[in-house]
Amino acid sequence: MRLFALAISAALLAVTSASADPIEDRKAIMKDRAAQLRVLAPIAQGKAEFDAAAVMDALQKLNENAMKTDVDALWPAGSDQGDTKSAPAIWEDMDGFKAAMDKFKADAAAAAAANPQDLQSFQAVFGPLAGNCGSCHEKYRL
Amino acid sequence: MSRWRLFGTGILALAAAGAAVLWVASSPVRLDAAELAAAPAGDAARGERVFWAAGCSSCHAAPGATGDARFRLGGGVALDTPFGRFLAPNISPDKENGIGNWSFADFANALMRGVSPSGEHLFPAFPYTSYARMTLEDAADLYAFLLTLPPIAEKAPGHEVSFPFNVRRGVGMWKRMFFDPAPVMDFEDPSAELARGQYLVEGPGHCGECHTPRNAIGGMDPSRWLAGGPAAAGDGKVPNITPGSDIGSWSEDEIAEFLKSGFTPEFDSAGGAMAEVVRNLAELPDEDLQAIAAYLKAVPPVDD
Repeated sequence: MRLFALAISAALLAVTSASADPIEDRKAIMKDRAAQLRVLAPIAQGKAEFDAAAVMDALQKLNENAMKTDVDALWPAGSDQGDTKSAPAIWEDMDGFKAAMDKFKADAAAAAAANPQDLQSFQAVFGPLAGNCGSCHEKYRL
Repeated sequence: MSRWRLFGTGILALAAAGAAVLWVASSPVRLDAAELAAAPAGDAARGERVFWAAGCSSCHAAPGATGDARFRLGGGVALDTPFGRFLAPNISPDKENGIGNWSFADFANALMRGVSPSGEHLFPAFPYTSYARMTLEDAADLYAFLLTLPPIAEKAPGHEVSFPFNVRRGVGMWKRMFFDPAPVMDFEDPSAELARGQYLVEGPGHCGECHTPRNAIGGMDPSRWLAGGPAAAGDGKVPNITPGSDIGSWSEDEIAEFLKSGFTPEFDSAGGAMAEVVRNLAELPDEDLQAIAAYLKAVPPVDD
């Protein structure tokens, strides 16, 4: 079972690192963000117990994800066509899109740097961070 | 009188009769005046809940407005549709540019029958086709609430709609075919929660306006109620929200959570116009979101 999982993740890694398809690459980036939110959001909502180590781990992964998000490589000209929900607004307003992504990056870095040790201080950094999802999707995702 | 002249007169008479029928058939139909007069006075505090359910600010506030800017209803959001570009008017209480001089009857006829105070048909880009299912009590509360908002002394730009869709009498014929204030679903003995959800979705929430596909002249396809399709305004595809879609595997709590925060059970986040809708719905009490979820679970599944 463990071997199987290992093989799967190795295969996935091979696909993501070797892929020349920016649409697949950006989907993988977004899916990875969702995976961290799956840990963080239920804690912020009080549906799961606060766990400082789990929170820090997810915040760090989210920050690493943000740092490796390269808008030029992931949303190159012409990649608006295909199996994608990226909105035409991205290419019509690339500066605005980059500014939105930069804000997410700054909030992700701030949340990881805060290293929250209790629910309240975690919620204080998580609220603004999670707000980026909706505000950016509203303009730039179909 | 020659035979030809008689024939000519007959043709003219027929044409006149035809025109008269069209004129009558396309004339505005208002709410019953006695029922309107009997409606209770509105309560502005209750009206705020109707305001969020009906999503007024999504079109009538400035594009992308957040916070208190959502109460400034000077109009201006553009809906680009196959029929032209519709621009939401100023519905602030400004007497000159908004609805400050409208009586409650004027307001209710616009909201629930798509008829302007001067008797003109309003374009169904304004979802009176759904608002028609609201109660007069909610309309009165909403009217009272809107009058408490800041007046905006700016005229909103007019629609950019070309022939033949710019013929307002044509909208009268369109209403004959597609305007129906009756409920969409017919549930046998619904729970109070389901009935509330039906009211919110089919009435003020006007979910079907985007989530139900339309035919070539903009009428909804009732056999595909809430089954999604190409977006009527803007780019992209509007998702199927019947149990035949992805949502079929969501729990009621997960649907309610999505309506409140915009996050799906997989922690994807609502995009496009739905992000705006979520900002409105987040202002509603949880019980309303649970009611909407109960309704979305109860409608017939339609396959993608």
